Amino acid sequence: MVSPGALRVVRCGGSALRGARAVFSADCRYLLCASGDFVKVYSVNTEETLRLMGGHADLVTGIQLNPHNHMQLYSSSLDGTIKLWDFMDGIPIKTFTVGSKLLALYTPASAEDSVFVVIPKKGERDTFQLVSVKLTKGAGQDLEAKELSVVLDGVGASMKHIAFGREGAYVASVKDVNLQVYFFKRKLLNRFSLSTMKTKGGDNHFSCVVCHPTEDCIATGHADGKIRLWRNFHHRKEYTYSTLHWHHDIVMDLAFSVEGTRLLSGGVESVLVQWHNESSCQKDFLPRLGSPIECISMSSDGALCCTLHTDNRITIINSNLRFSRSIQGLIKSRDVKTGLVVDPRTKALVLNGEPGHLQFYSLQSDQQLFSLDIVQRQYIHQAGLKQSDLVKVAFSAQGTWLATVEESEEVTDPELQLKLWFYHEEMQSFQLNTRINTPHDNHITDMCFRDMDELGDDSLILVTTGRDCVFKVWMMVEDTDPEAQQSVSWSCDFVGSYHNYQATNCCFSEDGSLLAVSFEETVTVWDSLTWDLKCTFCHPPGNIRNICFGRLTCSKYLIGATDYGFLCCWNLLTCALEWSAHLNVAVLQPDPLSEHIAAVSWLSKESSLFVFKPNEPRPIYIQRNLCKEKILLAAFVPRDEPEMISSEKYLWLGKSQLFFLTDTQELMTLSTKSLEERLTPSSKQLAVEESLPVTPFSLLLGKHRHQQAQEDIDLGKPVVHNKEEQASPAVKELLHTPAHVLPSASFLCTIFINSLLISKENKSAEEVADEVEMESEKAEDSDEEDAKEMEQEDTSHMELLGEITCKLSKSQEKELRKIRKTDYSWISAF
Amino acid sequence: MAAYKPVVVQACPKLGERVTQDTLYWRGYKTPVQIKEFGAVNKIDFSPVPPYNYAVTASSRVSGFPEAFMLLSFSWYHTTRCNAVLFWQIHIYGRYSQEPIKTFSRFRDAAYCATYRDDGRLLAAGSEDSVIRLFDVSGKAPLRQFEGHTKPVHVVGFLSDKYRIFSGGDDYLSNLWDIPSATEIVSYSEHTDYVRCGCASKVNADVFITGSYDHTVKLFDARTKSSVMTIEHGHPVESVLLFPSGGLLVSAGGRYVKVWDVLKGGQLLVSLKNHHKTVTCLCLNSSGQRLLSGSLDRHVKIYSTTSYKVVHSFNYATSILSLALSPEDETIVVGMTNGVLNVKHRKPEEKNEKSQKKRQPVYRTYVKGRTYMPKQEDFCVSKPVKRVLRKYDKLLRSFQSSKALDAVLEPPIMLHTPEVTVAVMQELHRRGTLRSALAGRDEKQVNLLLTFVARRVIEPRFTPVLVTVADMITDIYQPVVGQSAIVDKQFLKLQEAIGKEIDYQEELLEVLGMMDTLFATFTKKRDTCLEENKREQNGLTEIIETNRSY
Repeated sequence: MVSPGALRVVRCGGSALRGARAVFSADCRYLLCASGDFVKVYSVNTEETLRLMGGHADLVTGIQLNPHNHMQLYSSSLDGTIKLWDFMDGIPIKTFTVGSKLLALYTPASAEDSVFVVIPKKGERDTFQLVSVKLTKGAGQDLEAKELSVVLDGVGASMKHIAFGREGAYVASVKDVNLQVYFFKRKLLNRFSLSTMKTKGGDNHFSCVVCHPTEDCIATGHADGKIRLWRNFHHRKEYTYSTLHWHHDIVMDLAFSVEGTRLLSGGVESVLVQWHNESSCQKDFLPRLGSPIECISMSSDGALCCTLHTDNRITIINSNLRFSRSIQGLIKSRDVKTGLVVDPRTKALVLNGEPGHLQFYSLQSDQQLFSLDIVQRQYIHQAGLKQSDLVKVAFSAQGTWLATVEESEEVTDPELQLKLWFYHEEMQSFQLNTRINTPHDNHITDMCFRDMDELGDDSLILVTTGRDCVFKVWMMVEDTDPEAQQSVSWSCDFVGSYHNYQATNCCFSEDGSLLAVSFEETVTVWDSLTWDLKCTFCHPPGNIRNICFGRLTCSKYLIGATDYGFLCCWNLLTCALEWSAHLNVAVLQPDPLSEHIAAVSWLSKESSLFVFKPNEPRPIYIQRNLCKEKILLAAFVPRDEPEMISSEKYLWLGKSQLFFLTDTQELMTLSTKSLEERLTPSSKQLAVEESLPVTPFSLLLGKHRHQQAQEDIDLGKPVVHNKEEQASPAVKELLHTPAHVLPSASFLCTIFINSLLISKENKSAEEVADEVEMESEKAEDSDEEDAKEMEQEDTSHMELLGEITCKLSKSQEKELRKIRKTDYSWISAF
Repeated sequence: MAAYKPVVVQACPKLGERVTQDTLYWRGYKTPVQIKEFGAVNKIDFSPVPPYNYAVTASSRVSGFPEAFMLLSFSWYHTTRCNAVLFWQIHIYGRYSQEPIKTFSRFRDAAYCATYRDDGRLLAAGSEDSVIRLFDVSGKAPLRQFEGHTKPVHVVGFLSDKYRIFSGGDDYLSNLWDIPSATEIVSYSEHTDYVRCGCASKVNADVFITGSYDHTVKLFDARTKSSVMTIEHGHPVESVLLFPSGGLLVSAGGRYVKVWDVLKGGQLLVSLKNHHKTVTCLCLNSSGQRLLSGSLDRHVKIYSTTSYKVVHSFNYATSILSLALSPEDETIVVGMTNGVLNVKHRKPEEKNEKSQKKRQPVYRTYVKGRTYMPKQEDFCVSKPVKRVLRKYDKLLRSFQSSKALDAVLEPPIMLHTPEVTVAVMQELHRRGTLRSALAGRDEKQVNLLLTFVARRVIEPRFTPVLVTVADMITDIYQPVVGQSAIVDKQFLKLQEAIGKEIDYQEELLEVLGMMDTLFATFTKKRDTCLEENKREQNGLTEIIETNRSY
């Protein structure tokens, strides 16, 4: 099914949404957002991703609605192109090639046929200029836009550093402590600068700028949390400014309401502040938005406002400053300390989410299932605070118990808490069962459950290892008091240590009878019934970094990886080293469903993947240069149904899928499927179609057709005919597409007529498809479907006609010929 | 968008005594009234009819009898020899009276076991002179005298038909008497030692039991010539009790309280060993749900009769000889070896409820508007749920650190829920504003703070936080040391408290070391296991240590 060598590294979990300010469509029903190389279209009402518009070869840096046609969208990218999209249908209309990197895009309505972009200045590093690009009106799709005229020099690279004033009369740009205002008509450039001495110790650099929509007023945000409102900036000397101060740290973004009566500001406090009247300093707050605000954008009618957050989330807020809804993908936290853990119940990936929360991220649907509050404390967004965060997570085999460890960031004397959560079936969520303060005297290094399905809950044991040189065994105890609220709680059962070495890792064998705990350089193996030390393994030099037991047929092996680049395999029966390999293993991850173990190494700025079975030292699969970034974590996620993989090389991917997380917080996976297969999941397509607006025409016709179908059934007509008519995608397309984007009637006519014909041959349909391809992608899709159906019909015809031999492909014919040529003389010997 | 998360107050599981419904119920008594009797109180009996007077039988103690012997004796033998004649009386007390309201004193020798009849009108009592006397509660002279025993009679009781009396004496006999004729009906001589306790069945007028020092309890039926059932208690039986249903029998003797199933032929149901000295008396509460036992170990234990677990216990000053509960559990009277009668009355509870009830609005206000069903065209506006936040949470939400600290330093919070104060201090520390919240306080407030810290810093659950707080306070207020006598005194107190705690910890470590050596000698395992065993013990003792300190 899959050709060998097709294993690809695929990014999943979506890219950061932080490229540019999000844009609301004119009717406030869609939200457009730059995400990596794509532009995403979200439905405001359902929070669903409706469309993914791809075409740029690099990061999208700016998106703006076409001021002259609000159904169109301009997008700029680092690949040096500006694209014009019809975002309702996801069709690229035009591509303008500028040539140099585009860092920001502005489309003021006053500029007739040009847009403004920020490009790096030629010959100089880290200097940027604002240029206006004349968009030529050509016939073709790909156009050159080389007519550049420099407007401002020495501007900031960020999109937030430039703003266009009322009716495009002037442009304001900020950089460091300087504000430049350029008036287009008068060709006048005013510069204002704040003295660096003015504020005491504060950093009054500009961070963002916006212009009042109706008045001559510029609002600027500063790194010290102040907002300045500039007026009278036509004059070089008599300008005035007033200061608004609430933020304690940098103002990340500002936005004026449509009428300009209100000003919204946001920063790292994750509080959206609404300033009503600059003179009275009246303000409203929307606190606790979860994470620092990166960008703020307003819809054109002023009813909605949306904020982009640093953790890859979009929050939509009502005009009366009420939280409306949020669009959330994989939360990118600063540091994933918990590792990648798979929830056995939902098969979701579990990792650090918001500060103090655990996110359950569904890989199938690419969305967050839920976020579990573990720390249960108010998070204060302030630099330099010692926050407590989640560091370890472990699930029991059935997913009924969840153990979490949280600790404060203090290095000495960390505030440790071990919490045990029970999955409440009725509430469908985890409930806190036991909280243990200071389970260890020092940081907890590892934690694992003994998971034995067959023995039930009695055998459930939790082991924690700590830097205080001990490992502790926690057991469930029945509460003796009949009036107590909960029947079980956890308590310490055993404390073990080995020569006062720090315990670093722990791991249970598959049947739960043995516990392996690594103490710095030594691996100790303990009997889990009597807690006797059975044997020790050591492979100096270097501390043990990872250990794991083999599974299934390889359960007699124990694998360990050391700091100094050795991968060792010990035989538990002979207590001897079976084999060792020189490999600097960063991540060691066993597949829970097979014997395979994946090891990711980090050598000379590239990560390599090795998959091996413990019983043979030769790896099954090697992929060098998996990615440029360092891989920190990996996890095998069991597949819902085993995938059929023909190639022997990839058999290890059959039962579960390998996911890994790099140090840049990108979640990646290995896939054998080609790009096209992955990109168009059928469910998504359906969602798009269902959410499309229903035109009156289709309603009318649909009703009519429904009636007809009813009548047909009543009359007892053959249903097959009816089905065929309904399934004609061309007609469907025709009815569903809004009238203004439909091609001319002459085109449609042929499609329509063709669709009415009962096709006999594949050819005619393909011809039609070729023609339509020029016009719209949408139509192409449908025609592919069309073609498929026809193929199906064809096969049925073929069977009827018995013309199978004629349809043989060339390769098959060759093979037949070969068979004919082979010498069968040996048969005669019998 | 998340709502404000209130400060998590670390609830510590209360170790030791857990507050249950029972503890609340049995704690609901006023401080006891002590009444001095003339001798060891060996029987208290409540009149079953209002006003619930009770009869107290006390035997005078022989002077010169060594008390140590009494306490150490395997079972409690009342002395029978009475050289120095004191008072031989039965006292009747009203429920709330401190002085006896009536006295029966027509005894020639010590009286025993004054017992009311079911209707509360007759009182029977045995005596050292082996005569059983029957009194009318309103009269003085005995109505009848039953003579037949040859030795002192220690147990007397009425059968439930009201016309017969049973008795047990030191002559090993258990007798049955007819009241009207004052004659002996039947005499059983089956016990082989002193008969010291007995009880009549409430459901069958012919059945009674007696317990004896020959370690047996015997069940007699007046219609037969011999005992119906014999139960081996295993120790000299000091007290017996029949449940109101008549199905279960409780016997007390030695350190054991044993419950027997009479209907199953005297099968042992449960054996309770909760006292560490001889159990002398048993009693059921009015509902029959709780069993009380008093012992020479100065404790009264209360058991649940469903689970037979101790649900509560009372402490008394000296060894307990007798115990009685008034109907409705209104009064507990305990008689002790030193002749003190300890009377506890139940606290009245109605007052609180009444005042609360007055404040509550009428039912109508609750129902108002609730029953309205919205019509289809109605637009429903839902009321936002109002979250109630504590004062310090409100202040913390608006980042007012100093005021939040002030709020938790108010006496009610500081005294009764120190964990709240500490939790807020910890939260402030986490926010990095603890120093500024502690600074800038006047003498009175610093005094308050230091009092709190000095008092609580030794509690293990608060120590980590309060040590930081103490550090900061000393840092901040170091320049003003010596200006205020009150503050200086508090600083000294703090120093003293910490010094004491350090000494204590050192001592504990010593003990730990000793235990380690002990355990090391116990283990006969290989070297490695020895090592880890020690560690385990270490962990265990740590837990014990933390438990102790709460």
